[in-house]
Amino acid sequence: MLGFLQQPVMVTAEVNLNMVALTAVGLLSRLWQLAYPRAVVFDEVYYGQYISFYMKRIFFLDGSGPPFGHMLLALGGYLGGFDGNFLWNRIGAEYSSNVPVWSLRLLPALSGALSVPMAYEIVWELGFSHCAATGAALLLLIENALITQSRLMLLESVLIFFNLLAVLSYLKFCNSQKHRPFSPRWWFWLVLTGVACSCAVGIKYVGVFTYLLVLGVAAVHAWHVIGDQTLSNVRVLCHLLARAAALVVLPVLVYLLFFYIHLLLLCRSGPHDQIMSSAFQASLEGGLARVTQGQPLEVAFGSQVTLKNVFGQPVPCWLHSHQSTYPMIYENGRGSSHQQQVTCYPFKDVNNWWIVKDPGRHQLVVNNPPRPVRHGDVVQLVHGMTTRLLNTHDVAAPLSPHAQEVSCYIDYNISMPPQNLWRLDIVNRESDTDVWKTILSEVRFVHVNTSAILKLSGVPLPDWGFRQLEVVGEKLFRGYHESTVWNVEEHRYGRSQEQKERELELHSPTQVDIGRNLSFMARFSELQWRMLTVRSDDSEHKYSSTPLDWVMLDTNIAYWLHPRTSAQIHLLGNVVIWASASLATLVYALLFIWYLLRRRRRVCDLPEDRWLRWVLAGALCAGGWAVNYLPFFLMEKTLFLYHYLPALTFQILLLPVVLEHISDHLCRSQLQRSLFTALVVAWFTSACHVSNMLRPLTYGDRSLSPSELKALRWKDSWDILIRKY
Amino acid sequence: MLCATSRLLAAREASALPAHPRGRAPAPRSRRRELHFPGHPELPPGDFLVGRFTKPSVPTGRRVILRKGRMPPAAGGGLAGSELRPRRGRCGSQAARAAGRDVATEAATARSPKRPALPSSRRFEAAGRWALLALVTLTSFASRFHRLDQPPHICWDETHFGKMGSYYINRTFFFDVHPPLGKMLIGLAGYLSGYDGTFLFQKPGDNYEHHSYMGMRGFCAFLGSMLIPLAYLTVLELSRSLSAALLTAALLTFDTGCLTLSQYILLDPILMFFIMAAMLSMVKYNSCANRPFSAPWWFWLSLTGVNLAGALGVKFVGLFIILQVGWNTLSDLWHLFGDLSLSMVTLGKHLTARILCLIVLPLALYIATYAVHFMVLNKSGPGDGFFSSAFQARLSGNNLHNASIPEHLAYGSVITVKNLRMAIGYLHSHRHFYPEGVGARQQQVTTYLHKDYNNLWIIKKHNSNSDPLDPSLPVEFVRHGDIIRLEHKETSRNLHSHYHEAPLTRKHYQVTGYGINGSGDSNDFWRIEVINRKFGNRIKVLRSRIRLIHLITGCVLGSSGKVLPKWGWEQMEVTCTPYLKETLSSIWNVEDHINPKLPNISLEVLQPSFPEIMLESHMVMIRGNNGLKPKDNEFTSKPWHWPINFQGLRFSGANDTDFRVYLLGNPVVWWLNLLSIALYVLSASVFAVAVQRGAHLPVEVEGLSQVLLRGGGQLLFGWMMHYFPFFLMGRVLYFHHYFPAMLFSSMLTGLLWDTLLRLCAWSLASYPLAKCVHVLGILSLLLGTAYRSPGPGPPKSDGRAQVAGIVGLLRPLRGLQPETRTFVGTASCGASPRTLQPWRKQPEEPVDLHCLPARNPLGSTAALLLTEAPPLALLSHKQLPSQPRPP
Repeated sequence: MLGFLQQPVMVTAEVNLNMVALTAVGLLSRLWQLAYPRAVVFDEVYYGQYISFYMKRIFFLDGSGPPFGHMLLALGGYLGGFDGNFLWNRIGAEYSSNVPVWSLRLLPALSGALSVPMAYEIVWELGFSHCAATGAALLLLIENALITQSRLMLLESVLIFFNLLAVLSYLKFCNSQKHRPFSPRWWFWLVLTGVACSCAVGIKYVGVFTYLLVLGVAAVHAWHVIGDQTLSNVRVLCHLLARAAALVVLPVLVYLLFFYIHLLLLCRSGPHDQIMSSAFQASLEGGLARVTQGQPLEVAFGSQVTLKNVFGQPVPCWLHSHQSTYPMIYENGRGSSHQQQVTCYPFKDVNNWWIVKDPGRHQLVVNNPPRPVRHGDVVQLVHGMTTRLLNTHDVAAPLSPHAQEVSCYIDYNISMPPQNLWRLDIVNRESDTDVWKTILSEVRFVHVNTSAILKLSGVPLPDWGFRQLEVVGEKLFRGYHESTVWNVEEHRYGRSQEQKERELELHSPTQVDIGRNLSFMARFSELQWRMLTVRSDDSEHKYSSTPLDWVMLDTNIAYWLHPRTSAQIHLLGNVVIWASASLATLVYALLFIWYLLRRRRRVCDLPEDRWLRWVLAGALCAGGWAVNYLPFFLMEKTLFLYHYLPALTFQILLLPVVLEHISDHLCRSQLQRSLFTALVVAWFTSACHVSNMLRPLTYGDRSLSPSELKALRWKDSWDILIRKY
Repeated sequence: MLCATSRLLAAREASALPAHPRGRAPAPRSRRRELHFPGHPELPPGDFLVGRFTKPSVPTGRRVILRKGRMPPAAGGGLAGSELRPRRGRCGSQAARAAGRDVATEAATARSPKRPALPSSRRFEAAGRWALLALVTLTSFASRFHRLDQPPHICWDETHFGKMGSYYINRTFFFDVHPPLGKMLIGLAGYLSGYDGTFLFQKPGDNYEHHSYMGMRGFCAFLGSMLIPLAYLTVLELSRSLSAALLTAALLTFDTGCLTLSQYILLDPILMFFIMAAMLSMVKYNSCANRPFSAPWWFWLSLTGVNLAGALGVKFVGLFIILQVGWNTLSDLWHLFGDLSLSMVTLGKHLTARILCLIVLPLALYIATYAVHFMVLNKSGPGDGFFSSAFQARLSGNNLHNASIPEHLAYGSVITVKNLRMAIGYLHSHRHFYPEGVGARQQQVTTYLHKDYNNLWIIKKHNSNSDPLDPSLPVEFVRHGDIIRLEHKETSRNLHSHYHEAPLTRKHYQVTGYGINGSGDSNDFWRIEVINRKFGNRIKVLRSRIRLIHLITGCVLGSSGKVLPKWGWEQMEVTCTPYLKETLSSIWNVEDHINPKLPNISLEVLQPSFPEIMLESHMVMIRGNNGLKPKDNEFTSKPWHWPINFQGLRFSGANDTDFRVYLLGNPVVWWLNLLSIALYVLSASVFAVAVQRGAHLPVEVEGLSQVLLRGGGQLLFGWMMHYFPFFLMGRVLYFHHYFPAMLFSSMLTGLLWDTLLRLCAWSLASYPLAKCVHVLGILSLLLGTAYRSPGPGPPKSDGRAQVAGIVGLLRPLRGLQPETRTFVGTASCGASPRTLQPWRKQPEEPVDLHCLPARNPLGSTAALLLTEAPPLALLSHKQLPSQPRPP
């Protein structure tokens, strides 16, 4: 019974000291003096403000990437007890004492450090020697650009970490596939692949390229599984389903989870509210929610409303009118109707209020019970402050002459009859109801006489229109476009028939209380769509570069300069490694084509298993480089050197693979092999030497003299800052 | 003669296991078993990433015959076919790529009651085939030529392409973003049909009156009608099924979109013709693959090359069909390469033949079209300014043609300054200020592509305002490194720069015109430098590459190449860039030079060589294409709109006429196409998986699956190649861009439904029932296609009712519904807008108030969202979405 006591308790541990040592040096290189410089470095100014928003739980919108990366940085701030009170306004500003610089920079540094042992594991799992694996890890360790990028509050190193994790776990999964499919280990690595992929995509959109690469390789392997006729049909189906669930469904769910947490955390209204729809804004604390809280839901005849344009380009704005009229004659000599201007105004104003009126009756108040307005009803819109009716007619609009002018009708007693009937067209009546609701309904106003549609043209009017945006009646285009769609934002039932009382009423804030919620999926899809379409301000930057500059490191980026001395941090890679990695990729491609052609003619230079290993290494490493690099040629945004770092990491992994291959298969005699080894050692020594020379620019810890700085400027295109005293 | 059968063997080889050397081929029985042997450890070489699709299933006897090598010429190509079917065409139409298909067709025809026993019935069937082809051709011609002369006014882009045809007839030089072949053919057609090139083609809706336009329309309609027989033959070749080909022809004949697009003077019918002809000749040449280097093989191969040149010569979209043919050729070569029975010499011959016919020949033809283009257009015209000074010297009537101008710049010279980067233009200024909020409110300085008085500048000394042209003063030459002032001749303002941000490129400084009558301030001083020259050298006209460096800020005058908003008349931005990178956009040369005090020297202007002209015109075209960007808030067609027939294009809908022409596909056809693509992907993957799992398919099904996977695969690839790249394009897109892809998807539909119906029929046991199902299915599809299509007549003149009918079908698409009512209002801006409007010499005056918006001093929204530039040298590249400032 107590037989187990007869056996001694044994713990057998195998520790790969290589791994331990690599992890230790990795940590040392990335974490050493992490809190220095205690100043805002380069894009920290950009990511920092989002960290502050997270700390204060204020909603923001950033089109540059999904929220997971920002959340990770914010996690660092949370662990360090950051309260979010820092003004991120310029590079070089000193951090105040409440900013936990070390813990903010910790997560990127950790992921940078862990990439080193991971490179070792990947090359080992690809089936190459420990020597090659150690070489790959050491190259990542001494790559200056990777060190710089990991030591700051930036996302590239985290992205690289998850890219490598995805590849590594897929390889582990693949290798366990051969032995024991459906074992816990198999499941673990399969699921981890999916999670790592979605994390990579969640940090930056470019992570999707690595995801597609892994999916592609997995698809080819799955195709082989289908062709494997030792497996029963059911088992093949199980294999396929497991892969689909872990590599397609799971990443989607995890991606949604990021947004769920993001929206859960950011619950307060903030400076970017205006970009979102009214319904979204109302779901945040404060802001519009405070205004609209407790409004009546259904718009009735007699309701007082403000109408917001759904498109919101160039700026979100409300339908507006004011006492001024269109000028008789425009600058170009065309005439106008000289009636009251109708515009779109980007600020809240009492002149944004309109009253929905039943054309058949005269009253401007809501009956009891209220008569809701439905899809297809004909309404008139009365401007609250001037009591004039929204009107359009066959007069060319001031700046868009192909469309009709929209005005508030003034009866000049000339032969120009009022045309102020609008038919209500609720666009989303199928998903919602056909009753006009505040915030939720998206409506179009179709003019009854001319069937023109009320539209925001988005062109700012000249001075006579106070630079407000032009509103026109569009008669050429009848299709759906967001600029023709409006929604009610503020709403209340009108109570007073008298103009004076009504003006008072309009000036008072809205009240009453009805809660309304937006589902997570609706909020997610809106937020994701806005993030993808928000127009970023792409202008030229002093350190911007083109993809062609990256391969041979023809450019650099100055990150930070000490306010007094000439200590500085640059994103500057190890030239030896960059050049030889590019060369290795070229050699790989040439060798691959050569082998492929020879195999087609039945000349097998490599044994079958070696060939498969060689192909897999190429598909993942050279393929990883290609998918992370080539798409940048098609991108129109401003590009920087750091965009190349994920591709570079894959390229560096390929380097020892190619070297080992050359030494094993192309060096024919022992002498050649020893010579080649000596060459490799010499090359590696020079890489270490270069890395050490560039170290002051990587860590920024030492102030160099102008002559030393000049000596470091090996390429004319490098921009190293030299102070003039 | 091994090479005769090589192609067939190659196809077989792909499916065979690699380990067996060819000499010792095992008996097919054992071989087949081995193939299905589970878990065979060896992969085909190089197939690591490639799936295995084919399985040989050839009976012993056939194999023996095939290995005999030489074919009797009468047998044409494929053995099975020639035995059982009448010969059709010169090129062994039954030649098959895979033996499996042969067997399938053999079996299929074996069941047919029409199996020809007698030569007379064979002849009868051949005659029937020809009759069917003739019928298809006739129908398509009848539908395309019916009421071709209506409407007798300019429709849509006829205004561009008709005008360009006239330019060829008048031999005036012009510029367009498309290569010249299509317009040259239009011009030729017009010339041959007696059009004299005098019609102005000003705007859509203009009446042709007495001008002869039918020749040009007839030519386009002719090529448009040819599409249908071409598609018919292609599908017939791919599927060997008359019903599939007929179905395709019906789909295309009854499609209103193809019909409308084929009837006007447009490039699309020409482009589509070349695309389809290239596709057909490629398919035909694939069929001849078992007889390489025979006459038909050469014929179809070189015809493919010719058509590729044609497609690319009409529009750059022709690149997609080139890629498709290229891909096909590569996989073809790959199969040949794997065939060990072919020697390297034979392979070299194969490779050379393809390089000759598919690369050298098209390239030569393409270049030849340009040679003709430049030879024909030898008079100065509206396109001059787009090209470099050297180029313009070729054109008679241009002021640089046989020009003699002073050689060295001197103070007081009147000059024009041209940017060296292609398609940027001349340094220009005009009497308009930058709008408020865009830098300082001073006079605009831009670059402008057309010749204009506002391009003239006077070189003055920086420190004296005396008139250097005073005859009493000696001539003083401008030298490298001098500090000068450039005064705008028309407005007498100096070229000026200062620390204000440029209108579009915020990191650069603004360049303005400043001062009154030439007296300004020290911000007007520029240092003139010649690239690669020593200080003190004189500056030569045309030859010297100069830089203008602003003295106070140290920045360099350049053009960013960005187009200014409406306030800047859509001319290009000029900035002063503080980053001293030496790029072409900051280098200029002096073009015109007027100085009465200097002797004129007849310039031996370096005539550009033909390759230089080619390169330059391509650069200009690419820039022009990139310039066709959609504007803010403009409704543009999106690629996802197209396959679902979301929204059409109005060709003609002017107020003053009764004719309404609207380009819109037949919804039955289009939605059937869409459905077919989904169905195809489904059925093809089912078959592929079945093959990969090693399922034993019956012979007939195997044959059909080969048709589906091979033939259908080519068509699907064609559709993808002609559709998906548009998602990546930044330029303005229109509905008509989808039509080449639509042709491919229609062919796929024909092939797919026929194959599926055959499969259905096969699965039914009873023979007459099976026949019935097939025939009924095809018939119902034909009728369904014809339903609602407005018959052979185009939807015009009385088109209101018909278009309403079609659009009524589309009611579920919300965007289209009201379109039936929209044929009122101004439609005079119907043509697709081009920012480059070469015929407007003086764009300062808007030509057509209806089309051009009024002057807008505030300009773009950029002005509204102006943010401060951070003052530090170290800048983050990203900014928060800006907050609007109160207006």
